[in-house]
Amino acid sequence: MSLLEIKDLGIVFGGLHAVEGFNLTLEKGELYGLIGPNGAGKTTVFNLLTGVYKPTSGEFYLDGVKMNGKKPVEISKAGIARTFQNIRLFGKLSVLDNVKIGLHNQMKYGTLTGLLRLPKYFSTERRMNEKAIELLSVFELDGDADTLASNLPYGKQRKLEIARAMATAPKLLLLDEPAAGMNPNETNELMQTIRLIRDKFDLTILLIEHDMSLVSGICENITVLNFGTELAKGPTAEVLRDPEVIKAYLGN
Amino acid sequence: MAKKINSPLEKKSAGLRPVTKKNLVTLGIVTVFYVLFQTLSSLGVLKNAYQSLLVPICYSVIMAVSLNLVVGVLGELSIGHAGFMCVGAYCGAFFSVVTKNSFEIGWLRFLIAMIIGAVAAAIAGFLIGIPVLRLKGDYLAIVTLAFGEIIKSVVNVLYIGRDDAGFHIAMDSAKVGLQEGGVMILNGPQGITGTPRNSNFTVGFILVMLTLIIVTNLMDSRTGRAVMSLRDNRIAAESIGVNVTKYKLTAFVISAAIAGVAGVLYAHNLNALTANTNNFGYNMSIMILVYVVLGGLGSIRGSVIAAALLYSLPEIFRGVGQYRMLLYAIVLIVMMIVNNGAFFVQYKEKLKHRIRGGRKEAA
Repeated sequence: MSLLEIKDLGIVFGGLHAVEGFNLTLEKGELYGLIGPNGAGKTTVFNLLTGVYKPTSGEFYLDGVKMNGKKPVEISKAGIARTFQNIRLFGKLSVLDNVKIGLHNQMKYGTLTGLLRLPKYFSTERRMNEKAIELLSVFELDGDADTLASNLPYGKQRKLEIARAMATAPKLLLLDEPAAGMNPNETNELMQTIRLIRDKFDLTILLIEHDMSLVSGICENITVLNFGTELAKGPTAEVLRDPEVIKAYLGN
Repeated sequence: MAKKINSPLEKKSAGLRPVTKKNLVTLGIVTVFYVLFQTLSSLGVLKNAYQSLLVPICYSVIMAVSLNLVVGVLGELSIGHAGFMCVGAYCGAFFSVVTKNSFEIGWLRFLIAMIIGAVAAAIAGFLIGIPVLRLKGDYLAIVTLAFGEIIKSVVNVLYIGRDDAGFHIAMDSAKVGLQEGGVMILNGPQGITGTPRNSNFTVGFILVMLTLIIVTNLMDSRTGRAVMSLRDNRIAAESIGVNVTKYKLTAFVISAAIAGVAGVLYAHNLNALTANTNNFGYNMSIMILVYVVLGGLGSIRGSVIAAALLYSLPEIFRGVGQYRMLLYAIVLIVMMIVNNGAFFVQYKEKLKHRIRGGRKEAA
């Protein structure tokens, strides 16, 4: 069974078909790219997959379980995590706490246990601290554990967002322009990190990106969106040579 | 406002985490003040006027810390907080007056009154929170203000009396219909009279400590982090599986319960309990909000200091007579500048740096 199966997914805002008839099947472990010009509906697809928007047509399945119509919290618990195009960190909290909020649903103790500081609080917190630090070290952020998230430099904020998403132990990770605003060196480093987490955590990754070096560097297959519909789909190198794609997106 | 604590190594060597240390310092400050003023008043050095300030300072501090949980930690502007204090005060006082003659152990009755006040205020917080927390920003502020006023208005037209047949409740004094020998317990705008005066500085101090421990423990737990994540970025919090309604409501209800306890403390500090604008209305809600904002949103220690200081200022300034409120306003403005002005913030950072640096060299 495929990990993610999207069938004819679509959403209409007023009279605008923001996404229409979107189909995609992802196998476990795949690294898939979603590209297209601005306003093509890429982020809308992510918002549909994470329950921010409810699709007006079509459906999607994670591991064979129907997901559309579910709330963001349920979808997160089912195993889809995401990052955001414009970074959305918990700025006034420390880097460590950001990741620990990602671990929220793996921590099993109630409000009262926390208030009364029962033994379970200490054992759980200790375990989760270790887990969070371990995750941070994957992204080389463990040295900044006590820094406020809003004080991190831009590149590290992007990494922290991925680390936080990873903390929810997802099966499918959605990355929305992870390389935006990064220089070529940082992009290179990011590519390696993405590959590393895919292998280490047995992940499936769907990513939106404008940086073609990153897309052609790590995505096996891609879909090109244009005006909410699919323009082309297939192995990255082939699709990027498609004259239609070049005309719509890459320029002549 | 940005603070940087960048030292995972230091943390291990000190044994205590920075958060824990900070909270312990706050508790320490409160204890020192308690010991100081308790000694002064038992030695008879403290003027009567100042002595009568001690309990009010305690409930102001409790109110400020509890409101900070909603405004600073959850990040929702609520300006009807005195309403929950009112619910707690009336329920607690009602219980105490009813059981005054049948309950021998004073402290136990007071304790039960507090639990009743807290639970009643928590229920009120829950019922009000469900519709209100769907709103955001200004709208939330306006509706909480309205609910605060509604609570105050309702208790002003509520008449409860007791006779041999049991309790009689009415919204009109003529309709209570007490038999001969019946007693009015809650008498509309005249409120509840004859509440035993169980509140004293020691009780107030214990409650302040409990409030601080509850709120700081909450903030440093799974629940507190979830609440703070809603403040910082609701959409991101939702996307990693934080239940928005649940944690908003949790923070709101806990805050209301604490305000209820402050109300019980307030009610048992007076013989007659009435509800007006100054104690349970708009003025009180705004005063508490002033404490919270000036103390720093989300800063528990700040709330404690601001509430204690600002509550006692008018009394301290009594000597200057009619210029009292003028001076008070000036103090408010100065506090604002010192807390948030660019120059002072920079200066504070520098000072902090120097102190920390000095410590490191010494170690």
